Amino acid sequence: MATMNAVQALNLALSEEMERDKDVVVLGEDVGKNGGVFRVTEGLYDRFGPERVMDMPLAETGIVGAAIGMAFYGLKPVVEMQFMGFIYAAVEHLFSHAARIRTRSRGRFTASLVVRTPYGAGVKALEHHSESAEALFCHMPGLKVVVPSSPLTAKGLLLSAIRDPDPVLFLEPTRLYRMLKEEVPEIDYTVPLGKARIVREGTDVTLIAWGSMLQRAMKAVEGFDTEVIDLLTLSPLDEETVLQSVKKTGRVVIVHEAPSMCGLGAELSALIAEFAMLHLKAPILRVTSYDVVLPLPKLEAYYLPSIEKIRKAIETVLQY
Amino acid sequence: MPEQIVEPLIKRLAVLDEKGNETVTPAPSLTDEELKRMYELLVLARTFDQRALTLQREGRLGTYPSILGQEASQLGSALASEKGDWLFPSYRESGVYIALGFPLHMLLQYWAGDERGMRVPEGMNVLPVCIPVGTQIPHAVGAAMAAKYRKDRAAAIVYFGDGGSSRGDFHEGMNMAGVFKLPVVFLCQNNQWAISVPRDRQTASKTIAQKAVAYGFEGIQVDGNDFLAVYKATRDAMAKAKEGGGPTLIECVTYRMSDHTTADDASRYRPKEETEKWKARDPLLRMRLYLEKKGLWTEAYQKDAEAHATAMVDEAQKNAESAAAPDPKDMFTYTYAGLTQRQAREIKDF
Repeated sequence: MATMNAVQALNLALSEEMERDKDVVVLGEDVGKNGGVFRVTEGLYDRFGPERVMDMPLAETGIVGAAIGMAFYGLKPVVEMQFMGFIYAAVEHLFSHAARIRTRSRGRFTASLVVRTPYGAGVKALEHHSESAEALFCHMPGLKVVVPSSPLTAKGLLLSAIRDPDPVLFLEPTRLYRMLKEEVPEIDYTVPLGKARIVREGTDVTLIAWGSMLQRAMKAVEGFDTEVIDLLTLSPLDEETVLQSVKKTGRVVIVHEAPSMCGLGAELSALIAEFAMLHLKAPILRVTSYDVVLPLPKLEAYYLPSIEKIRKAIETVLQY
Repeated sequence: MPEQIVEPLIKRLAVLDEKGNETVTPAPSLTDEELKRMYELLVLARTFDQRALTLQREGRLGTYPSILGQEASQLGSALASEKGDWLFPSYRESGVYIALGFPLHMLLQYWAGDERGMRVPEGMNVLPVCIPVGTQIPHAVGAAMAAKYRKDRAAAIVYFGDGGSSRGDFHEGMNMAGVFKLPVVFLCQNNQWAISVPRDRQTASKTIAQKAVAYGFEGIQVDGNDFLAVYKATRDAMAKAKEGGGPTLIECVTYRMSDHTTADDASRYRPKEETEKWKARDPLLRMRLYLEKKGLWTEAYQKDAEAHATAMVDEAQKNAESAAAPDPKDMFTYTYAGLTQRQAREIKDF
């Protein structure tokens, strides 16, 4: 066990898996000598060489497309997409190929690969560097979408993602990279995909969050008897854990930093309405960012769900 | 100092003229038996293609893109691959699959709307039909990177057209292949038309082959209706790739004799005289004339070859049409390696 932040935990997961499995290769922009702009791949180039830690030409479409070809061949590529705001150029490859090749070839070819990318606001970055577009990817059958919320889950989920037989979009909350430190086991430690975790048990309200919003949610629930679910995998969704909790508490608050329109909160609300409506004591509330273009840092604090807004939502559902 | 020419001009390779005579470039060394086997595959590809069109008209097949006129480009290149090589076809590539021995009934099954037809047999490294134009290019580049990483003696061939060469995927894939000196052959079938848009609307450059120069590797133009020229160019490029010599762009100058697909009507945008002109350059006719001059072709041989091809396609059609209907549960089986919680609920509908 060692105390480390999320960057170190992710780095540890990568180096551990590259050591264990020669098919694991890392590719992306500035992932080599520079160690990635957030230093997640630091040291891997020196340790594993340029054949396995590949600095690619600046071409997001081509990088993800090439990773798909490597996966067809049998390698396990881990792509670093420098920021989520740049992933759109690669969406065609993720949607039209990575997500579909298993179906298209009836299982003869698969795209077992990971695309890691920093995501989310709150680090006072430039335009396009704070996107939270997870819902777009959750809509596409064939892809998995995973979001850790701490150094420990970062390590455990990344190992599972690399070993997963299907393509995984691995969203790393930028704000968490160096925010928290915790004990992380230095041996083979995995967190299963497709399983949410109950971070805090409670009886009156179910609060659902993921990524960097989890920290805010945990602060907001202080003093309330609220159950907090950290989804960890957004797609495929752990519906059982969500519904079980809602049936117990009867009240739901969903927190995410993406806009509300067609956000994952909408899907969760519909799921709960379909399968747990008769257990509800109050309307389902969503605390999300506003439905506006993500502002630059001067207005960022107004945009993101605040602890205060989350507390208010909890108070509101408790009034019923 | 006088101006210097810093890049050589693009070579155009032709082995046979339209009458089937050998030109300056010698024919690749192939035995009589090999030549006949390859010609018979050309006949099979055409027979299959024509049957697919008939079946579509009869409502027994869905939309189908004919390869008519492009058989030499497709078979000439695919037959130059070896076991262990990887092929990345587009959607107009029946000839590539046929060259590799892909089960014909599965091709028909696929075009009739049954995904089971694209379950590529084990050991055959050809990807399923790829419909979004040009997107298969970076995949081939990735496979070539993987082959290089594993130090396998293998190379990739990726198929696309003049339309595909306009895509960003073409640029990004070619660029990466040049940077990493990868074992990949970019096989462009310049068939002059991307649905209704002519070649001169895709690029202002004189050839597509010359685009390779900017990526730092060799581009060559080939008479795409000359089977032997395509075969030679591809075989040489693949050998070079496997020796560590890097990628090659081969531009096969050919012609899409048919409509874009069975859902298209080329008479809306394409002058009939142009199509007529290309008829004289028919790739099968040229190969036939060559074989005749070598004493390898007779009327009887032609009849045999056609009868054999027809029998094979009959058999394929019978197998495709008698296959049991797919199980609706099958939709769920291949989305992920396992069912999700939601799918486990949904699949109960069946």
